[in-house]
Amino acid sequence: MVGATDASSQEVHHCGGCHAEGNGNGKFLNPTPMLDELESGPWPSFISGFKGLAERTKKPMLRGVMDQLEYSYNTKMGYWKGGLVTVDGYGAGIITRYSMIKDKFPEAAEFHTMRIQPAPGLHYNTAMLRELCDIWEKYGSGIITLHGQTGDIMLQGIEQNKVQQCFDELNRKGWDLGGAGAGMRTAVSCIGPGRCENACYDNLKLHLKTLKHFVGVLHRPEWNYKLKFKFSGCPNDCTNAIMRSDLAVIGTWRDAIQVDRDEVNAWVEKKGMDALVNQVINLCPTKAISLKDGEMHIETRDCVRCMHCLNVMPKALSPGKERGISLLMGGKNTLKVGVNMGSLVIPFMKMEDDEDIEAFIEQIEEIIDWWEDAGLDHERIGETIERVGLKQFLDGVGLEADINMVSRPRDNPYFKAPY
Amino acid sequence: MSSPARNWKTIESGPHTYEEALHPVVKKNYGKFKYHEIPKPGVLRHVAESGDTIWTVRAGTPRQDTVDMVRVLCDIADKYADGYLRFTVRNNVEFLTPNQDNVEPMIAELESLGFPVGGTGMCVSSVAHTQGWLHCDIPATDASGVVKSMMDSVYKEFKDMQMPNKVRLSTSCCAINCGGQADIAIVVKHTRPPRINHDHLSTICELPKAVARCPVAAIRPTVVNGKRSLMVDEAKCICCGACFGACPAMEINHPEHSKFAVWVGGKNSNARTKPSTMSIVAHNLPNNPPRWPEVTEVIGKILTAYKAGGRPWERVGEWINRIGWKRFFEETGLTFDDNMIDSYRHARTTFNQSAHVRF
Repeated sequence: MVGATDASSQEVHHCGGCHAEGNGNGKFLNPTPMLDELESGPWPSFISGFKGLAERTKKPMLRGVMDQLEYSYNTKMGYWKGGLVTVDGYGAGIITRYSMIKDKFPEAAEFHTMRIQPAPGLHYNTAMLRELCDIWEKYGSGIITLHGQTGDIMLQGIEQNKVQQCFDELNRKGWDLGGAGAGMRTAVSCIGPGRCENACYDNLKLHLKTLKHFVGVLHRPEWNYKLKFKFSGCPNDCTNAIMRSDLAVIGTWRDAIQVDRDEVNAWVEKKGMDALVNQVINLCPTKAISLKDGEMHIETRDCVRCMHCLNVMPKALSPGKERGISLLMGGKNTLKVGVNMGSLVIPFMKMEDDEDIEAFIEQIEEIIDWWEDAGLDHERIGETIERVGLKQFLDGVGLEADINMVSRPRDNPYFKAPY
Repeated sequence: MSSPARNWKTIESGPHTYEEALHPVVKKNYGKFKYHEIPKPGVLRHVAESGDTIWTVRAGTPRQDTVDMVRVLCDIADKYADGYLRFTVRNNVEFLTPNQDNVEPMIAELESLGFPVGGTGMCVSSVAHTQGWLHCDIPATDASGVVKSMMDSVYKEFKDMQMPNKVRLSTSCCAINCGGQADIAIVVKHTRPPRINHDHLSTICELPKAVARCPVAAIRPTVVNGKRSLMVDEAKCICCGACFGACPAMEINHPEHSKFAVWVGGKNSNARTKPSTMSIVAHNLPNNPPRWPEVTEVIGKILTAYKAGGRPWERVGEWINRIGWKRFFEETGLTFDDNMIDSYRHARTTFNQSAHVRF
């Protein structure tokens, strides 16, 4: 195999008429003038990447897909349709793509994607990543997305008759398919305790254990609709869990923010009192911070754990010691009832040991059972909760109502009070 | 798909394990990091309670990668980061090393290979985006091409940290908006109801499912040329494209009438304000491959005004909340029109229910 650095830095060489369908100037690829426009400019070009890969590997699928993409750029229409390709025993994980115009571009007839679940936090060592690349190059196109919006590694471009063998080889090396359809989906985690000082729980561990627990329904979807987990270590929510997931697990703490007085003073010394007032105190959303005798004082009872002051003064301020998670539910994007942010259903849960993880998974199972009964076809869990009511949801899953679950009590009298 | 020669029994292992993918210094200090600094754009320095330090170099990638490119990244990781690397949710690659001496040579090599080092702190980071014409079955446009064009235009803003706060971008090739809520998002907006293929509809679509998919009950059963089909009440239709996902015979995409809209003010973090959704500030922009200049121009106007007017730590939406939408439109040169007044569910929550007026 050509060394990676060599392959990327070498000029695209003419291959001496290596394919009858080539463009006649000795190159493997046909002309793609529209796509070539995307090779200029400073940002790394995916088109240059595709072209280099195609000229090196001479895979006809790459040429066909480039031709079809060029055609789309000209006609301003897409030409892929779905289907049902899968591996033994699974009902999800391969995104099937057949070309609608394979008469025009026979080399692009099949271009299926394998969704692969990465390690939580998107951590890799080069051995595992090289292994993945080698297997993928052997069976597929060599195109990879790191990473899809689902959180998966997307191995894009394989023919149906190679899918099972490719999967088996990947699976031997510890890789498994991701989710698709109306089941549990691949989860996403931020970097977590693997570098971040704000990680309030071991989200990588919780992610791994939870997704292993639900692996059956991830591979064999059987629910009303999709269900997504995202695990963020703190309320900065770097995985965008609250908006992007049905089950947003957000790290938080119950006690006071830890303050290193010397570091606060050092910060003020360096940045000045104006910065303390304008960038920290004035931006606290609940006015929990004030000056007392010239020193910064945080009133813990007023703090909502938004993370702002910790972000501004990372050396001086840290999350409290009594840490755990909040669970928000129902995040989803626009189609079709409009965008819905997840809302708080569990204000705090300890997440320190395996027992805590088990209690968490039990609670999630309770929630899913309820949704299976109460939900309608093609209804995300947030839509179900909005339709039947948050109170009914809480009753159904055995959670106590908590004032933290609402921004305020209702402003209308329309409910059945006990009499 | 069954293979008779198969000699491997599937292990339903779920996510790949992560412990072997953590740098030994990270593993040693797992959960025990104390603070971090950003000594320069694209570089993070994390210090653990033990006193250990780990340096991170972050660089942009096209996201739409190849095995060749991934191997190049692996070479960098082997050379400078003891064989470890990771990715951020915004498609940036990160190399972690305890050895400060590796930082500058690594930056130089990444830059020489065309990977821009940056994406940290108060920058415009890379784009959360979708698949588009390359792979999706319902796209009205391409994703990676739009992203490439946009990132070319904010390359400098990716590499420095001169914005009031971080700026998160997204693009989406249909109204499903897989790219997500962002400070600035560009999302396809269809302007015409679906075109129905009556010859094929009943053979490829489940009629009740397609009817149920419509959020405004605009789809009705009908018979055309003796075949069962569906019709759309075009006065009611909001051109969302929800039916097309359920029924490929209801083509919503159109080379001319699927346009772009630009949205601002989405925020996922809880810092200061609660997470917020985006508002539409420009629409009817042409879907103009291969470079989409009209879209890039609008992004530039918004970023220029935000950079000039935003206060430290204000995200785009927070900046607008302070200066008001009237000034936002004045300072960006964009035009507010009556289509931007919400008419969907919960519309009244976006009306100004007060006498607060900006002149």
